[in-house]
Amino acid sequence: MPTLPVDEAKVAECRQLAARIARQVQDYIDQHTTVAVERTVLRLLGIDGVGDHGAPLANLLVETLHKEGALGQGAAYWLGRCFRLGLDNPKALVSSLPRLLADGGKQLPPLTPAEDAALRADIQRMAVDAVEELSRRREKRDALRQKLGVGEDPQKYIIVATGNIYEDVEQARAAAQAGAQIIAVIRSTAQSLLDYVPHGATTEGFGGTYATQENFRIMREALDDESQRLGRYIQLTNYSSGLCMPEIAFMAAHERLDMLLNDSMYGILFRDINMRRTFIDQYFSRRIIAASRIIINTGEDNYLTTADAVDQGHTVLASQFINEALAHLAGCVDSQLGLGHAHEINPWVEDSWLMELAQAQLIRQVFPRHPLKFMPPTKHMTGDIFWSHVYDAMFNLATVTTKQTIQLVGVMTEAMHTPLLMDRYCALKSVNYISGAAKHLADEIQFTPGGRIEKRALQVLDHAHETLKHVDDVGLMDAIGEGVFADTKRRVDGGKGHEGVVVREKNYFNPFLDLLRPPPAP
Amino acid sequence: MKRIRPYGDRTDDGVIQLTFTLPIPAGPRARETARLFVEREMGMKDVKVAAMEAASRTHAYFVVYASTTASIDYDAVQVPVVDTPNYGFSGVNERIQGELKRHIVVVGGNNGFDSHTVGIDAIINMKGFAGDYGLERYPGFRAFNLGAQLKDDEFLDRAVEVHADAILVSKVVTQRDIHKEDARGLIERAKARGLRDRFIFILGGPRLSHKEALELGYDAGFGPGTKPSEVASYLVDEVIKRSKSHPAAGSGL
Repeated sequence: MPTLPVDEAKVAECRQLAARIARQVQDYIDQHTTVAVERTVLRLLGIDGVGDHGAPLANLLVETLHKEGALGQGAAYWLGRCFRLGLDNPKALVSSLPRLLADGGKQLPPLTPAEDAALRADIQRMAVDAVEELSRRREKRDALRQKLGVGEDPQKYIIVATGNIYEDVEQARAAAQAGAQIIAVIRSTAQSLLDYVPHGATTEGFGGTYATQENFRIMREALDDESQRLGRYIQLTNYSSGLCMPEIAFMAAHERLDMLLNDSMYGILFRDINMRRTFIDQYFSRRIIAASRIIINTGEDNYLTTADAVDQGHTVLASQFINEALAHLAGCVDSQLGLGHAHEINPWVEDSWLMELAQAQLIRQVFPRHPLKFMPPTKHMTGDIFWSHVYDAMFNLATVTTKQTIQLVGVMTEAMHTPLLMDRYCALKSVNYISGAAKHLADEIQFTPGGRIEKRALQVLDHAHETLKHVDDVGLMDAIGEGVFADTKRRVDGGKGHEGVVVREKNYFNPFLDLLRPPPAP
Repeated sequence: MKRIRPYGDRTDDGVIQLTFTLPIPAGPRARETARLFVEREMGMKDVKVAAMEAASRTHAYFVVYASTTASIDYDAVQVPVVDTPNYGFSGVNERIQGELKRHIVVVGGNNGFDSHTVGIDAIINMKGFAGDYGLERYPGFRAFNLGAQLKDDEFLDRAVEVHADAILVSKVVTQRDIHKEDARGLIERAKARGLRDRFIFILGGPRLSHKEALELGYDAGFGPGTKPSEVASYLVDEVIKRSKSHPAAGSGL
C-alpha cells in the first residue's frame, strides 16, 4: 500500500487535542438529560405503542414529566413510583400521571428511604432484563453475520428510498442481488426534526421512508431471507440522528440493524438542532450503539457540500478526530467508527483527482482500524448521466486505490431523482468492475516523495492540527459558533430542541448509564 | 416551417437511445418483449436491443436503439425565458447605485417540508456558487437567508417586516411533485393575505424552469446551474421597472 510520510507525533497530538475537546463537552453532558434520552429509557423499559391520537406513549409520558418539572429525576424513577402505586398499564398512566404530578406531586404519598431503594431496585431488574434482551439480539445478528460473511471491502453501500417500506423491500432485494452489501433506507425528508418517532409500517413519505421500529423489522426480516438465498449477509443501516437520535439507536439495536448514521455534530450544523441537545443525545445513543456493537457512519462528508472541498478539506479531518474522541467516551471502539469523508472537489479543477487521492489516503492512514465510509460526488453532479457515470468511476478508482472500507455507491442519476432500479444496477456494475480490475493496485504503487499528493495530504493534516488547537482554545461549542465546520455558525442556545434539555437532579435515576457496557471483543 | 427529428449518425435518421427495466426475468422472451414494446407499442423502427441484463432475478434491464418517424416544427416552439442580460457583480452594483439609488431587499428560503438549503445558500450566501458571489456580497443588496422548512406565514411576515422587494423560494425535493404543491401554496397564501403584488416572487431549483414558475404563479423561475449574478441582474431590472411605475419607499443607500 502506498504510504504518505505522515508525522505520527502530529497525529498523536491531534488525538490528544480532540480528547480534551471531547472531555469538556462530556462534562456538560454528564450533568444533563433530554426529553429524547428519557423517552429512550422508557422504551428500553418496555413502554411501546401509541395513545389515542397516534402519539407514542413514551412522548406523552415524558411531556407530562417535563411540563411538571419532574424530568430531572429521570423517567425511570417516575415509572418506578407509578408501579409502586399499582399503576402498571402504560396507557392508563398517560391519563393518571398529570393528576399525580399536579401541584408539585403533593398527592403522591412520601417515600421512606427503604421504599425509594426498593423502587430503584425494581426498575434496575427490569433494566437488566432489557439490556440482556439487546445482547441476545446482538448475538443473533452477529451469528448470522459470522455464518454467512459480509463479503470483501470496499463494502458496497446502496440507498433505497421509495417512501413505501414494502416497495423498499423489493428494491433492496434487487440491489442485493446485483451485489450490494449494505442497504440504507433513506428517511422521509424532515424526519430529523420530528420530536417523536412515527409508529408502525408506513407507505407514504417524501424523499424517503419514515424510520419506524416496524419498518426496521420488516426490512431486516426481508434481508435475512435474501441473505440466506444469496449465501452472503446483507447489512442494514438507518439514521440515528435528529431530535430522536437515542430512540432510533434503541430501535435499531432491538431490530438487529448493523449500522447507523450517527454523528456528534451533523444535526447542529445541517439541521439547526440545538448543540447542547445534540451532544447529550449523541452520547446516550452511542452508549446503546457501543453495547450493540453497531457500526456508526459519521457525516463529515456533508461539510464539503456547503464549504469548498479544497479550502476546507482539513475541517473533515479535524471533525473526524472529535467524533472519534466523543465516541470513545461513550464506549465505542475503533472498529465501530465508520468516519465519513467525500469525493467532492470540483472535478474540473486541474489535479482534482490527485487531491481526492491525497485526502482519502491520509484519512486511511490516520484511522487505520476504522471502517471508513467514503461518499461519492454529489455537489458537482449534473443531469448528464453519462458524464456522471464517468465521474463516479473515478470515485470508484479512488476508493479501491486507498482501501476504503465502506463505499457509498455513486449513482449517475444523483442530481435527478432517487435512483431507479436500473440506475443502481449500472452503478453497482461499475463498482464491481473497478474494484475487481484494480483490486491490488494499492499494493503496486507509491506516491512520489515530495510530490503533489504528498504535499496536499501533509497540508491537510497541518491545517487540521491548527484547527484542533483553535477548537481546544475556545471550546467546541464556541468554535461551532464561529463557523469552524461546514462554514455554518450555530449559537449555543439556538436551534431546535433546546427546550428539551434538562439538568439532572442529584437523585437522577437512569439505570442504563451503568448497565449499557460494550460487549467483550469478538 | 422547419421540421426536425433526432440526429444520430446522419440527418433525419431519428435515432434514439433508450434504457428501461421490465419486471420480468431476463431471457429470450424478455428480449423479444422489449423489442416488441418499442417497435409495436411505441411505434419505432429499426429496433436493436443492444443489451439485456438481469438487474435482479425478476427485473430485466435493456439498452435499446431505435429510430423514430416523429418530427417536430422547431419554428412553432416558443418558450418564455428570463431575458435580462447578466450584468455581473459590478454591473449590477452600478445599476443599483446609478439608477435605483436604494438597496434591493430580498428574503429567501425553502418553505414546506423540504429541508434542503443548498439552492438558497448558493444564491444568497456570501460565497455564492461556482465562483459567482452570492447576494449577501453585493453592496446594493440586503439579503436574508431564512433557511428551510419555513411556514408560509413566517416567510411572508419576514418579507413584510424587512420591506422586501422580492421573495426567493428554493425547492429541491420533487418526490410526487411536492415542490409544486409547496410553491403554489406560498403564492395562494400571499394572495389570501393581499400580499401577492407587493413582492417579486422568484422560484428556483434543480427541477424547475421559468415556464413552470410562471405556471405556478411566480414572476420568474431559475433552473439548475443558475448563478447568483443572473438572479441579481433580473432583480435589478425588475425592481427598477416597478419603481418607475409605482415608486415605493425603500432603504436608501
